Amino acid sequence: MADPSDLSALMRRARQGDDEAYRQLLGHVSLWLRAVVRRGLLAAGRGPADCEDVVQEALLAMHLKRATWDETQPIEPWLRAIARYKLVDHLRRRGFHDHLDIDDYADEVAVTADADAAVDSGALLASLPKRQRRIVEEISLEGRRAAEVAERLGMSEGAVRVTLHRALKALAAAYRRDER
Amino acid sequence: MKTGNLIDALVADRPPRGKPLRWALAAALLAGGLVSLALFLAILGVRADIGPALATWRFELKVGLVLLVLGLAFSLCIALSRPVAPVHPGRRLLPLATLAVLAIAIELFILPSASWASRLMGSNALVCLIAIPTLAIAPLVVVLAILRAGAPASPAFSGGAAGLLAAAAAAALYAFHCFDDSPLFVVTWYALAALPVVAVGAAAGHRLLRW
Repeated sequence: MADPSDLSALMRRARQGDDEAYRQLLGHVSLWLRAVVRRGLLAAGRGPADCEDVVQEALLAMHLKRATWDETQPIEPWLRAIARYKLVDHLRRRGFHDHLDIDDYADEVAVTADADAAVDSGALLASLPKRQRRIVEEISLEGRRAAEVAERLGMSEGAVRVTLHRALKALAAAYRRDER
Repeated sequence: MKTGNLIDALVADRPPRGKPLRWALAAALLAGGLVSLALFLAILGVRADIGPALATWRFELKVGLVLLVLGLAFSLCIALSRPVAPVHPGRRLLPLATLAVLAIAIELFILPSASWASRLMGSNALVCLIAIPTLAIAPLVVVLAILRAGAPASPAFSGGAAGLLAAAAAAALYAFHCFDDSPLFVVTWYALAALPVVAVGAAAGHRLLRW
């Protein structure tokens, strides 16, 4: 098996349809993101309360924009750039306009599993249309496979996947508008 | 929703494998260019002396300059559509600056200084300033629409590059109408005509290309 710290290799395998590699990549990146975002929020003089929101928003962006990573380049600068963009964007929506640079510590934050992983974020799920929300919940909260969900809801598997993709895009858009 | 649950949803999602951005961008530019071509033929039309003009070095240099901007703006659009900002995006335009300066130097060397002013002012300056932004509208709309698939480090820069690309496409058409071929005219007025398109692109990008 590939070295789990070789994130570029994991993403390449994910692009070829290796779900396990993708899960591993996102799991690892979410730990790193949480540490970086918490540092960034503190640097901006804000508490860690929004941390999990920003982590999820950045993960969504990495997923929806994964075609913008150039496979000939290492993936770390790409991950850092998305984390920075989303953190700055999140803070700007809340009136923080100072310069913020995560590069100083993005490489050295301690990456550990921690309690925040259990934080229930994303009240925004409630803003999705009913069917989209149902499908996201079935797959994420209930842990069902797309084929099972299709059967339960009397849809084709393709339709479930199309709706799921739309739901994720709508979720990303809801984050962009969110100014709580 | 916990982050672990979100990851489950992301893994279950298989994003449609679209074609690479540069192909989508090229197709869109072609489509937008065709709309502008129809507009161009309906309103401006090709200059009457196109035959003899094709044989002159000034006309060829003019078209060469415009096509160079088109190519550079295209690669700039791709480079600026990514989260990782290129280190020196401006340097990509260096070959253009070199060719433009060279063309002006040759023209100044050949022409007697008494005719510099009349070559610079030409007789189509106002038409140029109106035609290029007008012909750039359709390409700008489609290019911005395609660039929404990107994730630019700076949405405004990405939009500005889209404006430059649209202006270059418009200029490539306009060059076949205008009979002011002097590099003095082309470098001055084409650039001035492109400015508002770049500005509109940057302003639109700032709003539309956020992700």
